[in-house]
Amino acid sequence: MNQTIVKEALGSGVVIEAVQSMTGAESIAPDHMGRGSVSAKGYIPKAMTIGRELEQEVHHLLFAQAAMLDAKNWSGFIELFSSAGVYWAPARADQTDWQREASIFAEDKLLMEVRMGRLQHPNAWSQAPLWETNHMVGNIVVESQGEDSLEVFSKFQMMELRRDHVRHFAGSYRHSLIKESGDWKIKLQRVDLINAQASFDYVIQAWI
Amino acid sequence: MTTLDLEHLVQPDKVHKSVYTDERLFELEMEHIFEKAWVYCGHESQVKNVGDYWTVQIGRQPMVMVRDKDQVVQVLYNRCPHRGVQLCGNQSGNTGQAFVCSYHAWSFHLNGKVRAIPLMKGYDGTALKTSDPDSSMVPAARVKSYRGFVFASLSSTGPDLLEFLGDAKVAFDDMCDRSPVGEVEAVPVMHRVVQKSNWKFFMENQLDALHPSVTHQSTGVAARRVEQRLKSDNGSAPLFFHYLSTFASSFDQWDSVQTVNFPHGHGILKAYMGLRPTDPDTVEYEGILKKAYGEEKGEEYLGRSIHHVLIYPYLSVQSPLQQLRCLRPISASETQSEIWHFRLKGVPEAIYQRSLWYFNLVNSPATMINADDLENWTKAQIGLQSNGGEWVSLHRNYGQDTEKEGVLYSNNGTSEVVMRNQFIAWKAYMLSAQSPNPV
Repeated sequence: MNQTIVKEALGSGVVIEAVQSMTGAESIAPDHMGRGSVSAKGYIPKAMTIGRELEQEVHHLLFAQAAMLDAKNWSGFIELFSSAGVYWAPARADQTDWQREASIFAEDKLLMEVRMGRLQHPNAWSQAPLWETNHMVGNIVVESQGEDSLEVFSKFQMMELRRDHVRHFAGSYRHSLIKESGDWKIKLQRVDLINAQASFDYVIQAWI
Repeated sequence: MTTLDLEHLVQPDKVHKSVYTDERLFELEMEHIFEKAWVYCGHESQVKNVGDYWTVQIGRQPMVMVRDKDQVVQVLYNRCPHRGVQLCGNQSGNTGQAFVCSYHAWSFHLNGKVRAIPLMKGYDGTALKTSDPDSSMVPAARVKSYRGFVFASLSSTGPDLLEFLGDAKVAFDDMCDRSPVGEVEAVPVMHRVVQKSNWKFFMENQLDALHPSVTHQSTGVAARRVEQRLKSDNGSAPLFFHYLSTFASSFDQWDSVQTVNFPHGHGILKAYMGLRPTDPDTVEYEGILKKAYGEEKGEEYLGRSIHHVLIYPYLSVQSPLQQLRCLRPISASETQSEIWHFRLKGVPEAIYQRSLWYFNLVNSPATMINADDLENWTKAQIGLQSNGGEWVSLHRNYGQDTEKEGVLYSNNGTSEVVMRNQFIAWKAYMLSAQSPNPV
């Protein structure tokens, strides 16, 4: 008996086709997310070609910067900066002025010296547990070249181990480099973390 | 449920370790404290326009704060009444004229009332009625603002907002009065930091004047070294070095900073940083404030001795520098803090810069200060789970504080009256967990 009814029910049906009409939530509020249409966003670096030797100098500087951090060679890291050098990790990608924005890091060399002093102090308690970082810098692009100045874009990945806990940070660097006493120095290191407005499980103790 | 023996857990000068570690107690705290008391949701300037919203956690409840078409700030459960789906899946934004559920397109006015249900005829002859409150988003039982700061209570009974805040409402007065138009605006960068510890550690630590010179010695000493060099080289150093170097003060200096402890667990750590230098920016600013309020009021507003004000059990307001941190407990051993700062309306940019530098140096996720606090609390949470002891000592200066009209004043800055006072409030809240009122 049931079989007959089920068979009958399955014996007919409809075909629905996507038509030019408002569907689903659109029929109630065309833009209920209030987002507008979603367009591409983010920063695409504009690559320029420079001499091979200069390119290598840039790579060496960026790799040295990462190595200093992983080796906890804080003074070596600070020495990579020019006399008026600045390390800045904005909280949002659209920020432009390191001195006027709510930031994660906003440090000139004097404040970097304070951070170094803290990290080196025997009673920097949070430094006692196992703590290691590993930086990878890649996708290095020189964007512009002036007389004794360069703008360099790159991407980084940083894994951090603290106690038995691993954290992962990633983002882009924008380095403004200048020649000072014959060497390339960092005038501004801008660090755009993709995690910048995420919830931080614990804090960041040293430069990224 | 096992019997909750509050007299055993909370004694006048010590508390049982389980108040920090026991998940069952945490659930009771959520039910009887956080989901009843007035909880801070956000500042009105976070939702300036109709349809602007911020999601916010009250206890275990996901809520959404939204500005409705009548400009009223509503706080609603972030939940579709149809099948329970969250209506706002992201932290903040603008939802236009309505909330629309991503599952079956039920939609709701900005005050939470149901607006439309697709194929409504499917409900003809059923028990579902759009006039029934069960068909709409549920509002918080009570919502109220004080000077632009929005609070909600998920309980329809209990003290009203001003009664709950009591004298601790000075947190918002002190912040707003520092603007010549009496208003502040939230700077739209909210940092979030998770501590692997019970929420009480944060609240106790905020007024704990014994810890800074120990915990923060490394940062204080490092900052003082640079500050003193700048002073000897240039005659002065930027004020923000002082924000960090004061942490390296001596035990005796910290012992001289008084705490004021109010009913409901609220409290104040009085000022210890000199924030009224005589540079041209400060002189200009003080002139603007006194012009707006008159000499006497202006002096009162500028001279208030406040470092932090705590609104128990979740808020720390550093009103002189317009900083605010709000706790959202996750579990007995995990707590999220939301970190904000505010711009005083109508003051010179240089005065805003002071709040900004404090925010960037002390309250950012790369803070050189809280790095060591969080480390302490992580270790405390682990230590308290051990069987190496049952009690947490709160004996320091017990019986040596001054009580006047229900307010406890420490005679020593390092008195543990701060914690004792918070636990008096905790115990009072938890009494309803001990003997729940029949509904």
